[in-house]
Amino acid sequence: MWSFANPNKFMRVSGVFLPWIAGIAVLLSAWGLYQALYIVPPDFKQGDGARIMFVHVPAAAMSIIVYFIMCLCAVFALIWRHPVAYLSAKAAAPVGAAFTLLALITGAIWGKPMWGAWWVWDARLTSELILFFFYVGYIALWDAFDDTDKAATATSYFCLVGSVFAFLAKYSVDLWDTLHQSSSMTIGTIATEEKLANEFKTPLLVMLAAFYLYFLTLWLIRVRTEIRARRVQAIRQAAVIE
Amino acid sequence: MKPFLSLIRRDLAIAFRTGGGGALGVAFFVIVATLVPFGVGPIPELLSRIAPGMLWVAALLACLLTLDRLFQADVEDGSMDVLALSPLPLEMVVLAKCIAHWLTTGLPLLLAAPVMALTLQLPEASYPAMIASLALGTPALSLVGAIGAALTAGMRRGGVLTAVLVLPLYVPTLILGALAVNASAMDLPAAPYLMLSGAITLAALPLAPFVAAAALRLAIR
Repeated sequence: MWSFANPNKFMRVSGVFLPWIAGIAVLLSAWGLYQALYIVPPDFKQGDGARIMFVHVPAAAMSIIVYFIMCLCAVFALIWRHPVAYLSAKAAAPVGAAFTLLALITGAIWGKPMWGAWWVWDARLTSELILFFFYVGYIALWDAFDDTDKAATATSYFCLVGSVFAFLAKYSVDLWDTLHQSSSMTIGTIATEEKLANEFKTPLLVMLAAFYLYFLTLWLIRVRTEIRARRVQAIRQAAVIE
Repeated sequence: MKPFLSLIRRDLAIAFRTGGGGALGVAFFVIVATLVPFGVGPIPELLSRIAPGMLWVAALLACLLTLDRLFQADVEDGSMDVLALSPLPLEMVVLAKCIAHWLTTGLPLLLAAPVMALTLQLPEASYPAMIASLALGTPALSLVGAIGAALTAGMRRGGVLTAVLVLPLYVPTLILGALAVNASAMDLPAAPYLMLSGAITLAALPLAPFVAAAALRLAIR
């Protein structure tokens, strides 16, 4: 895997996979949305409003998964000094921030008819909001340094410090019994337990996969752009020296 | 031990000679706490409901504003380079500076808070819990704030960025501190929240200096 630290190899391999990932993401999104909006029956209690779950849940799940991916890239960047590693973390941050914002907004839209309030300060919503602030702080920290290597190291530290809040956001519904409902699906219980009916489970998993592949597409495009930007910068600096 | 103590003494001396000691932090705390009744109206029942939270927010903001004198001046004039070369590990240097920061910011707050609590109509029964929650929580504010201050040390206009980085990290301390005082205002036991608040401080005590020292090594490179 370390061979991908070579930017050239990364560009070659990602260039091969990128169209396929993008294509499958589009297909899964189309199928998932069709199922979510047309096939799935209206919920017994919540009616058609529950369909926003198929956007809200994947977005919230992705916001936490992306943060953990960023933490992994930060660890690689700090220990092995991969150039691709910290560029990956930098590229993933705005996408993760967008997912977090989407989760917050769709959650508010869902909450208004269901709970009667656009926003409550319960454990999960608050930790998701703080996770959003962490994303914003991370992106701001990248822009604050002139030297890229210093920025990479500092943002890696900050990302690792903030991982506490990603944990909180994921497990807050299990730790505290506040307004947001507790987890209906965990990795161990997806196939076995029946907290979520099968008609809902399959489109949800499809949408989750679609969101993940969409993230991969955007992420690969952004990392490739960052690598190209670094090359442009190096060429400019070489031109100045000459 | 001697270098550690003399570093604390040095920072205290600098704070008293140039920064007015803890006076500016306390003054800011008093001003913010005074602004609250102007904003929400002077109704006593309302003020006593929000007094715990507002006192904690004012304390948090006072700590936040004094964070940039933690490392900034030393990084700029090169003293941090000398400190990094000293036999004292950089993590201990950070810890000494955090202790000095708390002595000049957190400790005066403990003295000023009861006075402002009077003006904000804090219920009488909550005073012990308030002082205890501030005593347990403000060291965490100094330690965790050192992480943000170290990340932005050496930047010319890093003040707002420090706030953006540090405020999310401050939220658990703020929530627990305010919950402790609110609980005692409602005759419920504040001890669980105080213990959690102390736990955060104890966890930050060994961990924050490591992160802050790592970030400082970037700034002095």
